[in-house]
Amino acid sequence: MNPATALKDAAVTGLVALALFTPLVGLRTDVSPTGGLYLRQRWSDVAILVGLAFAGRLALLAWRGRRSLPTASTAPGWWEAPLRRLGAVFAPLLLAFAVLMPLSAFSWNLGGGFVLPALTGRYELDLGILVLTYVMLGWGLNIVVGLAGLLDLGYVAFYAVGAYSYALLSTTFGWSFWACLPLAGILAAFWGILLGFPVLRLRGDYLAIVTLAFGEIIRIVLVNWVSFTGGPNGISGIPRPTFFGLPFSMSGEPGTFAGFFGIEPDPSHRIVFLYYLILGLALLTNWVTVRLRRQPLGRAWEALREDEIACRALGINITTTKLTAFAIGAMFGGFAGAFFATRQAFISPESFTFIESAIVLAIVVLGGMGSQIGVAVAALVMIGGFELFRDLQEWRMLVFGAAMVAIMVLRPRGLVASRTPTVTLSGRKRAISGELVGQGHG
Amino acid sequence: MSASYALQQLINGISLGMIYGLIAVGYTMVYGIIGMINFAHGDIFMIGAFVSLIALLLLGAGMGLEGPAALLLVLAISMAITALYGWTVERVAYRPLRGSFRLAPLISAIGMSILLQNYVQVSQGARVKPIEPVLSGGIEIARFGEEIVSISWIRITIVLTTLCALAGLTWLVTRTPLGRSMRACAQDLKMAALLGIDTDRTISLTFVIGAALAAVAGSMYLLFYGVIDFFIGFVAGVKAFTAAVLGGIGSLPGAVLGGLLIGLIETAWQAYAPQHLTPYKDVAAFSILALTLIFLPTGLLGRTEVEKV
Repeated sequence: MNPATALKDAAVTGLVALALFTPLVGLRTDVSPTGGLYLRQRWSDVAILVGLAFAGRLALLAWRGRRSLPTASTAPGWWEAPLRRLGAVFAPLLLAFAVLMPLSAFSWNLGGGFVLPALTGRYELDLGILVLTYVMLGWGLNIVVGLAGLLDLGYVAFYAVGAYSYALLSTTFGWSFWACLPLAGILAAFWGILLGFPVLRLRGDYLAIVTLAFGEIIRIVLVNWVSFTGGPNGISGIPRPTFFGLPFSMSGEPGTFAGFFGIEPDPSHRIVFLYYLILGLALLTNWVTVRLRRQPLGRAWEALREDEIACRALGINITTTKLTAFAIGAMFGGFAGAFFATRQAFISPESFTFIESAIVLAIVVLGGMGSQIGVAVAALVMIGGFELFRDLQEWRMLVFGAAMVAIMVLRPRGLVASRTPTVTLSGRKRAISGELVGQGHG
Repeated sequence: MSASYALQQLINGISLGMIYGLIAVGYTMVYGIIGMINFAHGDIFMIGAFVSLIALLLLGAGMGLEGPAALLLVLAISMAITALYGWTVERVAYRPLRGSFRLAPLISAIGMSILLQNYVQVSQGARVKPIEPVLSGGIEIARFGEEIVSISWIRITIVLTTLCALAGLTWLVTRTPLGRSMRACAQDLKMAALLGIDTDRTISLTFVIGAALAAVAGSMYLLFYGVIDFFIGFVAGVKAFTAAVLGGIGSLPGAVLGGLLIGLIETAWQAYAPQHLTPYKDVAAFSILALTLIFLPTGLLGRTEVEKV
């Protein structure tokens, strides 16, 4: 494209940007001291944005060398081939890092007067717990979205059911975390089936909207049913987890964790325990998913994702296949919710808004829908990114929305676009391009 | 409850339903042509409401314009800017995804919705924006003994403006070459392209028209409630989508009918449900969506889709 046309094109983009940003950015409505609204002018911001649009369009044209916007590419990225070669090492390395990370929170006396100081602290551990929670949620949703191809926009509802189940059971009946955890999972799975039944006949985007509505219904009920859920104030004073019956306490008495093992009481014991708890739960999710993929049920899910009609024709029971996907996905959401409640010791409906569902969905999508390692890396990237820009609360959500669009436009198959088939004719498994798998026609 | 109260609620429900109907038309048109749910449409509506607010303040405080002339001008500005937003959204987030797997545009639309919401939150602030009533007073239409039923000028404006917008849309779809291409694209996109219709342009213009109608709805919402914030698009969007589904997605009269029904049901719920159940009016709307999709998937005026393999 010659420079003159490119300039003209960029100028048009600049003009469009000018029209778009003039009212909403250039004129800000503020409440004046007298109570009325007045307009505050911010023309420099508009100028910057228009300049950015102009320059951005020029850069895009120069980079692409043609007029059209970049189109969706499903070809494997340059990082995939090395990553796959590293794959055999990469996943175990990541796991080893996750397992060893909390140990660096303590200083170790290596003998001979050599002391390894604590490399990480409370902050890193808390961040690790947060990332692992999202890894678990991502893997849970991956069963529904990635394997069965059912787009679920209300996943946070099951997270909420799990959290409230544990909170209510433990504060009302005084049941322990270990008794409530399976119950929270079962209750969430029950709600999954309850949601699954009516939406059995829906496909694709209709399903997405109904699950979204379901998530909102749960949230509205949580906010308004004050006598049962505490309403907007939530539930506080949720019991902390115990080490299989031994509470974490600073007193060091015989009945406590520190007293039982005869070690110095330390507040970080509980944090490290929480870390390993969520790591274990996440790995359980992964293990169940990987095992199920090799069994008839998992294969039925993937067949359902590829082609529902062919699936029916081959005699696969669509009802049970869909319902088990919803139920098992929801169950892991419920586990994660129970963990969330015990970690925070306080929950309120504010933690269970649509945006949480969107974040988990974005993790699954960025990870490449169906790829376990992709989801883990995506959760690390996404939650790590959120943490980096913690102070920019509104801006980071803005960037998050833009990133979701950008992923879809540039790499709709996510970071790991290739798939390893669970069964092959030749017996030799090769990764196949994401282009060859259908996605979300169910 | 008295008859005058019921009549008043009926009027409220109709004006609210008209607003939902206008938004629903945008959903149904886009779904009819490219078969995707434009998840960001609710936020386009919210942008329309904000542009109207800004134009209203600009004309009122800056130029001293008031009354019907100002309202018309506000409407025109809001429609133009919001239509441009609709066009940009389609160009940036949806067009590159044509031909990608089916859920890609929906996920992109969710991202767009989050982007637009936070864009307005950052640029305009998170606080609610109240305005002074633009029009006051009304006309008395009935009298039951002591009780007077009146329609405020705001309600009359809403219903009249909506009817004009819908009449314009009907004319556009049934009588113009653009409308003919739109109907052709809705029937069969590939065939329309083969017959020489510029489908990309038609799809773009569909988004533009949908956004312009959403802008009208946004202005009317501003008049109706007198207060807006950056989050209004989400719930209004889901309700309008419910309206589109209830009326039969793809059908324009169906969208308006569905909007009216949702508006009436919501108002009736608010007016007649027991006190402790009033906050659940959104649950009622969401449940209607689920129930319609389960028991009446084609909606009231929709046609059955035959799936070919």
